[in-house]
Amino acid sequence: MSDIADRVKKIVVEHLGVEEDKVTENASFIDDLGADSLDTVELVMAFEEEFGIEIPDDAAETIQTFGDAVKFITEAA
Amino acid sequence: MFDLTGKSALVTGASGGIGGDIARALHAAGATVALSGTRTEPLEALAAELGGRAHVLACDLSDAASVEALPKAAAEAMGSLDILVNNAGITRDQLMMRMSDADWDTVIAVNMSSTFRLCRGVLRGMMKARWGRIVNITSIVGATGNPGQANYAASKAGVVGLSKSLAAEVASRGITVNCVAPGFITTAMTDKLNDEQKARILAQVPAGRMGAPGEVAAAVLYLASLEAAYVTGQTLHVNGGMAML
Repeated sequence: MSDIADRVKKIVVEHLGVEEDKVTENASFIDDLGADSLDTVELVMAFEEEFGIEIPDDAAETIQTFGDAVKFITEAA
Repeated sequence: MFDLTGKSALVTGASGGIGGDIARALHAAGATVALSGTRTEPLEALAAELGGRAHVLACDLSDAASVEALPKAAAEAMGSLDILVNNAGITRDQLMMRMSDADWDTVIAVNMSSTFRLCRGVLRGMMKARWGRIVNITSIVGATGNPGQANYAASKAGVVGLSKSLAAEVASRGITVNCVAPGFITTAMTDKLNDEQKARILAQVPAGRMGAPGEVAAAVLYLASLEAAYVTGQTLHVNGGMAML
């Protein structure tokens, strides 16, 4: 797994308080990992900070799964 | 009783009577305060009176860019921003039949839209800190209406709805959002009334007197305190019984 994926996973595990093995490629933050809408906003904020990038609101809406997040950040970072 | 040592507060409209006393109350409880307003002279005088732990930040609330920049400037000046008191407000009284679009738009922009932008601007820091207090100063007329104040009453009622919505959104993050609604308080805003007008209003106040700015400030201090953690989405009326809501 890439370095970016590791860092994203760490943020997700810490923020949502879920088991690491639940955070899979297709795991949806809301449907599978128990995030509410405010959690997803906070995750995006945490990603922005960790990777020093800006994630615009319309892009943030497309980040639904762990895989989406890794893909977006890999392309943006 | 209420200890705000280590907390940082931004107070808008701190050059006014109520805003000044709110800043004094929070400061006396140990908070560092950022005093905001359009006129810097009274803010500098208040900062000098308070001594340490006071910063002056000029801001024109009718200018959206100036409003957007204020939370960041406050957080930079104080190191963090834990408490936001949206106190600034203006009136442009006129019977609605004669009220201009400009009088309507200006009051809505300064009283309501700036409150929205400032609340939005402080959220990120408060969410990360898992602690925050937002206190919006509304008015008795936001709940009761008042002839000649359709714009002002609408702006204040709007802030109540905004506050309740935001309170529901961020309650799980340790952030509370409440309103304090003053009634008839001795300030520059009420000094403009003549004796006859004052007598007529006082007849409707069971307490039989006007309120003091410090009595509004005490309500703000409570809602900003650690002790008020379980109070959110509420409006605390400070009006001598003028309206019991």
